Amino acid sequence: MSDKNNMTLNLKIWRQEGANVKGSIVDYRLEGVSPDMSFLEMLDLLNENLINQGQDPVAFDHDCREGICGMCSLMINGQAHGPERETTTCQLHMRKFKDGDTIVIEPWRAKAFPLHKDLMVDRSAFDDIMSAGGYVNVSTGNAQDANSILIGKDKAELAMDAASCIGCAACVASCKNASAMLFVSAKVSQLALLPQGQEEASTRVQNMVSKMDDLGFGNCTNEAECEAQCPKGIKISNISRMNREYLKASVTAHH
Amino acid sequence: MSKKIDGNVPQGPIEELWDKHRFKMKLVNPANKRKFKIIIVGTGLAGASAASTLAELGYEIDSFCIQDSPRRAHSIAAQGGINAAKNYPNDGDSVWRLFYDTVKGGDYRAREANVYRLAQVANNIIDQCAAQGVPFARDYGGTLANRSFGGAQVSRTFYARGQTGQQLLLGAYSSMMKEVNKGKIKVHTRQEMVELVLVDGKARGIITRNIITGEFEKHSGDAVLLCTGGYGNVYFLSTNAMTSNSSAAWKAYKKGAYFANPCYTQIHPTCIPVHGENQSKLTLMSESLRNDGRVWVPKAKADERKAADIPDEERDYYLERKYPSFGNLVPRDVASRNGKQAVDEGKGVGATKVAVFLDFRDAIKRDGLDTIKEKYGNLFDMYNRITDEDPYSVPMRIYPAVHYTMGGLWVDYHLQTSIPGCFCLGEANFSDHGANRLGASALMQGLADGYFVIPYTLGNYLVTEKPDQNKIDTDHPEFETSLKSAKDRFNKLLGINGGRSVDSFHKELGQYMWEYVGMARNEAGLKTGIKKIAELRAKFWKDVKVTGTNDGINIELEKANRVADFLELGELMARDALERPESCGGHFREESQTDENEALRQDDNFCHVAAWEYTGDNKEPNRNVEELDFPNVPLTQRSYK
Ligand SMILES: Cc1cc2nc3c(=O)[nH]c(=O)nc-3n(C[C@H](O)[C@H](O)[C@H](O)COP(=O)(O)OP(=O)(O)OC[C@H]3O[C@@H](n4cnc5c(N)ncnc54)[C@H](O)[C@@H]3O)c2cc1C
Ligand code: FES
Repeated sequence: MSDKNNMTLNLKIWRQEGANVKGSIVDYRLEGVSPDMSFLEMLDLLNENLINQGQDPVAFDHDCREGICGMCSLMINGQAHGPERETTTCQLHMRKFKDGDTIVIEPWRAKAFPLHKDLMVDRSAFDDIMSAGGYVNVSTGNAQDANSILIGKDKAELAMDAASCIGCAACVASCKNASAMLFVSAKVSQLALLPQGQEEASTRVQNMVSKMDDLGFGNCTNEAECEAQCPKGIKISNISRMNREYLKASVTAHH
Repeated sequence: MSKKIDGNVPQGPIEELWDKHRFKMKLVNPANKRKFKIIIVGTGLAGASAASTLAELGYEIDSFCIQDSPRRAHSIAAQGGINAAKNYPNDGDSVWRLFYDTVKGGDYRAREANVYRLAQVANNIIDQCAAQGVPFARDYGGTLANRSFGGAQVSRTFYARGQTGQQLLLGAYSSMMKEVNKGKIKVHTRQEMVELVLVDGKARGIITRNIITGEFEKHSGDAVLLCTGGYGNVYFLSTNAMTSNSSAAWKAYKKGAYFANPCYTQIHPTCIPVHGENQSKLTLMSESLRNDGRVWVPKAKADERKAADIPDEERDYYLERKYPSFGNLVPRDVASRNGKQAVDEGKGVGATKVAVFLDFRDAIKRDGLDTIKEKYGNLFDMYNRITDEDPYSVPMRIYPAVHYTMGGLWVDYHLQTSIPGCFCLGEANFSDHGANRLGASALMQGLADGYFVIPYTLGNYLVTEKPDQNKIDTDHPEFETSLKSAKDRFNKLLGINGGRSVDSFHKELGQYMWEYVGMARNEAGLKTGIKKIAELRAKFWKDVKVTGTNDGINIELEKANRVADFLELGELMARDALERPESCGGHFREESQTDENEALRQDDNFCHVAAWEYTGDNKEPNRNVEELDFPNVPLTQRSYK
């Protein structure tokens, strides 16, 4: 690919110095954007310019830039991770935009995710949900030979589909209720589908769901925006599976 | 002044070493374990597996990482798989063969005893991960699937689609979270270690900087485990995550931990080529693609035709031609060097001409589109997203990129650095891969270190050295001194107020590293490299521009701190490469090659580990030596013909 530095963009970026300071959208004009750049490389270019002018660069989260760590998290023109389906912000490329485009860039917004600075938010609530039950209680050294537990290929594939979640929280950001159901259901589903997860199936789903509620995530009203925006294609059928698991758990809890 | 150093490997037949030694090592009484606090820096496979296992045993764990969650450590990005010697496919694998392949693959520059132990515990790793609910790929009967990977002639690689690292890390992370729930692990996210604290010569704590508030914190403990990953980002462009860095290891080096074989870097043959100047990182295309893709370049130089218009007889499938028995599956160092050679000869492809083809045409013809889609669909999609080309219809363009660092902090058989109480696990240490790492063995090593080695060796240290009888808290003057030096450094960086951005220095360093300490090295180039890096470092400390203050988030400041260390490490890498005039594995000295341009080792003089010892700023470090011997895998010239 040749490096045709030919696009000029009008960026409208949310700037906010800290959690307790008021923020606002600030306009930037950026020249010399190549269609081969990734979205984050475009922001790098903006930041390089800002630094050279002695201004504070825009803070945003990112790390792997390969679409797998779940660190990057931008609302781009009102869509979590931008316009391309099943694509994280870091894997979005500028060829999806046109010369002269206006692009609005905002952070994830949810009560459970307080803002740190500019486009960076605190998603530690997801770790809290995981620590409430997103695991199999097995200590190192306790395991039997891996092939002594057979798992049919179809089941294994379904579990893997659910396990692909990168925990980026695009589902929360794109839901009008800021619900975390897709995230939680992906983990519940993965472990509910596998024999290893059976022993703790009912406590797991109950504890994770109640933690999720405590942390201030909203309810699911079947908008399905989460599925549409999920960069890993996690299906809302996981939510139905979680609801079944939850029901099962509440029924057995009465014994 | 060069010392002879000793890896503290126990004596005896290699098959029995670890079992007998485990029995000999001292155990911490179960009731006493909770009295020990262990600091674990890093939450990748090495750090997460160590944290969860040690917490299960009863130790109190303080765990630190740079990312906003332990689950996002760089291990998450590993694609291809993890090795073990289960021999499920019944194709002739065994612990001995995995051991043998790994020693040979590392070009006889690893410690035999460590590698044997690694091969021995590898099977337990697969069992453990399956028990945690890691969704490994399965065959129709429900058993685990295997594939051959990265130059192995047996199918011993376990995988979870193209996301093996993610699934293994999520397994280790979930184990950590279970211990968080029990109150045994305290996780400190977005906290960067900026100093190691020694008291009476032993590691007793760390100083961290809170990335969100800019505040410095003191943390004390009975031992410190550094699980901080590799230093490939010294090249600026690499397949590592953006925050992957060398700083924690470098701080330990400056406090007396030896840095071993820094020049051993792995250049991975199948990455997406550089597209332009603003590129921030390189993306790996899993090496599993070489199982079905064929590597070629046009026979003619500067051939401008489209791939499809070049008939077979005008294509040079150079790996198949030169290495008929391994073909496209030769080890990484061999594949990378041959790719570079093709490009240097003017046969490169694509707009930049700095790439070679990886072609699936024949595999699609043979197995059908659906099969190829099922195997590699997500990788093909990723390629398409980045390059805007469809690899189902035109061949991929690939080129080597910096990927992994075999060098790292020197550790003994107990994974202890030369600082008592400071241990090092995972990619950050130097131990098991010699001069070249085979595919699917880094994940194996990280988890072996954390799940199955450190629980024993750390206990032995704690019982022998009894740090609990001399509890140190953070008021100790050594903490104050280290805190002050960390603060001074950050203030100094902020005070320079020069004219150039941190990235511009990092990029320039990367250019020198790639040019002079890259895939092929020679004496003159290395000497030039050392000089240029030293000059750049001096410029950096005069002219770097770090905007903002130390209050709150300041990403430029974070980066400046890491780049300052890379500027020192880069020089040590060049020096190490210069002082090793042989070629071995990924370290290719042009002066030392066979008639067929293969790496030529010089076992008489260089069958050893170089463990560098810091002697002061701007002073020549000492090159200490640990001799290696190979009673079990006789030294031979590697051949993949
Ligand atoms: C793209 C890619 C694909 C790969 N594929 C494979 C594969 O298929 N098979 C295989 O075996 N290997 C593979 N590897 C190599 C393998 O992934 C790594 O070597 C391995 O995961 C490293 O694990 P680690 O635990 O040592 O370190 P990492 O996972 O790098 O973790 C480092 C941790 O240290 C923390 N840290 C670092 N510095 C500090 C500091 N100063 N203060 C606080 N915390 C700090 C980080 O936050 C992080 O938590 C791949 C590597 C890459 C880049
Ligand atoms: S930066 Fe890792 S997913 Fe985008």
